[in-house]
Amino acid sequence: MKGNHTKLKWFGLGVLCTLITAGILVSCSKKPKVERGDTAEAAIATYVAPGDTDEYYMFYSGGHSGNVYVAGVPSMRHITTIPVFALYPATGYGFDKETKDMLGSYTWGDVHHPALSQTNGDYDGRWLFVNDNANNRMARIDLRDFKTKQILGPIPNISGYHGGSFVTPNTEYVLAASRFSVPLPKGTYEPIENYATKYNGIVAGVPINPQTGEMTVGWQILMPPFDFDLGSTGKGPSEGWAFWTCYNSERATGKLEVTSTQKDRDYVVAVNWKAAEQAVKEGKTKTISGVPVIDPKLAPGVVYLVPAAKSPHGVDVTPDGKFIIASGKLQSITTAFSFDKMMTAIQNKDFSGDEDGIPVLNYDHVKEAEVNVGLGPLHTQFDDQGYAYTSLFVESSVAKWKLGTWEVVDKIPISYNIGHLSVAGGDTMHPDGKYLVALNKLSHGRHMNVGPSQPESSQLISITGEKMKLLYDAFTEPEPHYAQMIKADKVKPIEVYPKEEMKNANAVWDVKDTGVTRDGNNVLVKMIAVRSSFEPNKIEVTQGEHVTIYLTNIEQTTDELHGFGLGEYNLNVVIDPGEMKVIDFVADKTGVFPYYCTNFCSALHQEMQGYLLVKPK
Amino acid sequence: MNLKRFLARETSFFELPLTLKSRLLILIAVIALLPVYLSPLWNMTFYSNQYTDGLVLHIYSYQLEGGKTPNRDDLREINSLNHYIGMRPLLESDFSEFTWIPLVVGLLIILALRAMVIGKMSNLVDVFVIFVYFGAFSMWSFYHRLYMYAHNLDPTASIKVEPFTPPFFGSKQIANFTVNSFPGLGAYAFFAFAFLLLVAILLSARRNSVEVRRSSSLNEDILGPL
Repeated sequence: MKGNHTKLKWFGLGVLCTLITAGILVSCSKKPKVERGDTAEAAIATYVAPGDTDEYYMFYSGGHSGNVYVAGVPSMRHITTIPVFALYPATGYGFDKETKDMLGSYTWGDVHHPALSQTNGDYDGRWLFVNDNANNRMARIDLRDFKTKQILGPIPNISGYHGGSFVTPNTEYVLAASRFSVPLPKGTYEPIENYATKYNGIVAGVPINPQTGEMTVGWQILMPPFDFDLGSTGKGPSEGWAFWTCYNSERATGKLEVTSTQKDRDYVVAVNWKAAEQAVKEGKTKTISGVPVIDPKLAPGVVYLVPAAKSPHGVDVTPDGKFIIASGKLQSITTAFSFDKMMTAIQNKDFSGDEDGIPVLNYDHVKEAEVNVGLGPLHTQFDDQGYAYTSLFVESSVAKWKLGTWEVVDKIPISYNIGHLSVAGGDTMHPDGKYLVALNKLSHGRHMNVGPSQPESSQLISITGEKMKLLYDAFTEPEPHYAQMIKADKVKPIEVYPKEEMKNANAVWDVKDTGVTRDGNNVLVKMIAVRSSFEPNKIEVTQGEHVTIYLTNIEQTTDELHGFGLGEYNLNVVIDPGEMKVIDFVADKTGVFPYYCTNFCSALHQEMQGYLLVKPK
Repeated sequence: MNLKRFLARETSFFELPLTLKSRLLILIAVIALLPVYLSPLWNMTFYSNQYTDGLVLHIYSYQLEGGKTPNRDDLREINSLNHYIGMRPLLESDFSEFTWIPLVVGLLIILALRAMVIGKMSNLVDVFVIFVYFGAFSMWSFYHRLYMYAHNLDPTASIKVEPFTPPFFGSKQIANFTVNSFPGLGAYAFFAFAFLLLVAILLSARRNSVEVRRSSSLNEDILGPL
């Protein structure tokens, strides 16, 4: 009996093993089907022949890398990186005086939503704005030379700057908002138990100088401690309004995954920014950290709340400016709110209640339609044919639906878990359509295996036909939160800084003007870099002296960049043709230190070198 | 006897009046010469894999000009590249030609107009002869410049090349560059001027010789052979 038992046991184990093995085999053969379009068609559609260039620039946020990446569409090739909030030795960003001062003491940022400047509701190719979700800064990149020109911030009172950088139709403002409410002014201590009453969120407008692009801290609005998420601006009939979504209208703390998802509705915040300007003019503000802050209770007519499906993310205004599309991440519908109906409700004071004195509109009275897009709608973009495209995170697909009929007409699966999406000109008054890029959170090894730290994936989809067609998979560095695509001919960058434009007297263009001068403890070096030498090629200083090098690249030819790497002094600066950069440091280490050209320039690049000689005190 | 007759004929040739057609031609020639003040005399283009559109150098009668786009200053670039082989930078101030060529062209224009107004063959021949000499000298002068630039290379240059002469007319391979060198509109203006003056001379000469023949045959009719 005992023997039989054992046999039976062994037999059972054998069966189990067989089943497991079979199961493994079956699961192997049942590898998830890879979604792909017609290969030949897709190859032709994305092929950019050697020497040819792409049709669109795509600027995509580099998330916590602190960078903005530039890719060409349709090839999806990464073409360049624009460093914004982090050191980037490849272009010497953050090492010369100007960029060092701009970065301050921060070594990283979290680039979120790039916004191209607009004129009359369309991209004008002048500037790109990006917000820093971590350190509450806003940066402006000049598209004349693809360089970061200004970093504003940390902006007072803003905490967790996620609700940017959406621009108004004539780039009067870039939007700003707090995702993480805190006690204000910053620096105030307040127990978390008092979150609902003593913490505040902010929504704000950052004014832009229309000529120079210079950003300043503008007006702000004191809001309840909700988590303000994404935004967009009104256009056409809704011009003059700004919108944000918010989650956690529960004003909850702790485990927000649970605590902030108890109510069925959160809000879309609607701000009449022209009324906000008026309120500031009339002094209906209090000053917090030097900023005029509007209290909605004291300035009625500035802010309204529109109930939206819970935990909404994107809020997007249709190209004609008539509808505002907002979706709850946890539901399967997206809501089109009618701007007209909102205005009527506001006029008739048709409110269902208020939050800290901010009127709440009646969902059913301002809703135009609910579109059955699918699970987890996040973000919507538009094309030139009257269609909207909504990303579905949970369902991992894109839904194409018709404005007006509110019918879903097509769906395409995405690999995997799409966050934002970007259609060429997709947030303007005149979208280009043609291409859609799905900016995905997970790539799940659709690429060569590069170990556990995997890149994100971005998929190019053709939207010219009735059915969306997958064209290309690209793998992007973390983390493309959003991207904007602009027709290549709308951007007109220079390739060389013209000599005539150089106004700084410390920039020299002739070897005879170079040299080292002294002023007390300061050593001033006027240096030129040209194929293939630095002049002077020797700098002698005494330990402790403060050295300032004005380094001019006197080339006037495209792509003749020079670098200046100073070994063991932790310095690397790259100067473009016609550019002058200031390198300053204290020569605190004695000895002889080579400096050399780090950016390959010519046949005698290797010989482009010199020495810093530091004598002991 | 023959020499005397020859000299007499020559003297009378220089004394010949210019016909209206010749005078008009002189005016046209002067107008045709004006591009010397506007267009390059010579154009050089340097092609390589890195410069598929070619680095361009225009030599005017009064200046040196490189091709210039927002992304490249060709003269600067040519000098940057030439320094590797130890060639002196091409500097406008090194060319005395840019002073004397425009001056002499101006003088010749005045002389040509003078010949037109006075209407005498000798004046026209003077202008023609001076001009041909001047034109030839100018060309030689530029050629000599090219020769000197490429033969007086700095011995300490990082790349040692045999002294060479850049092409004056036509195409030549120099290291990784294909160098094209051809006359520009200014040079053609030079040729046109000389050609038109020559035609003016010939026209007046032929017209007069026809008239002389006709008048001499008239004499023969009356007086019979001498």
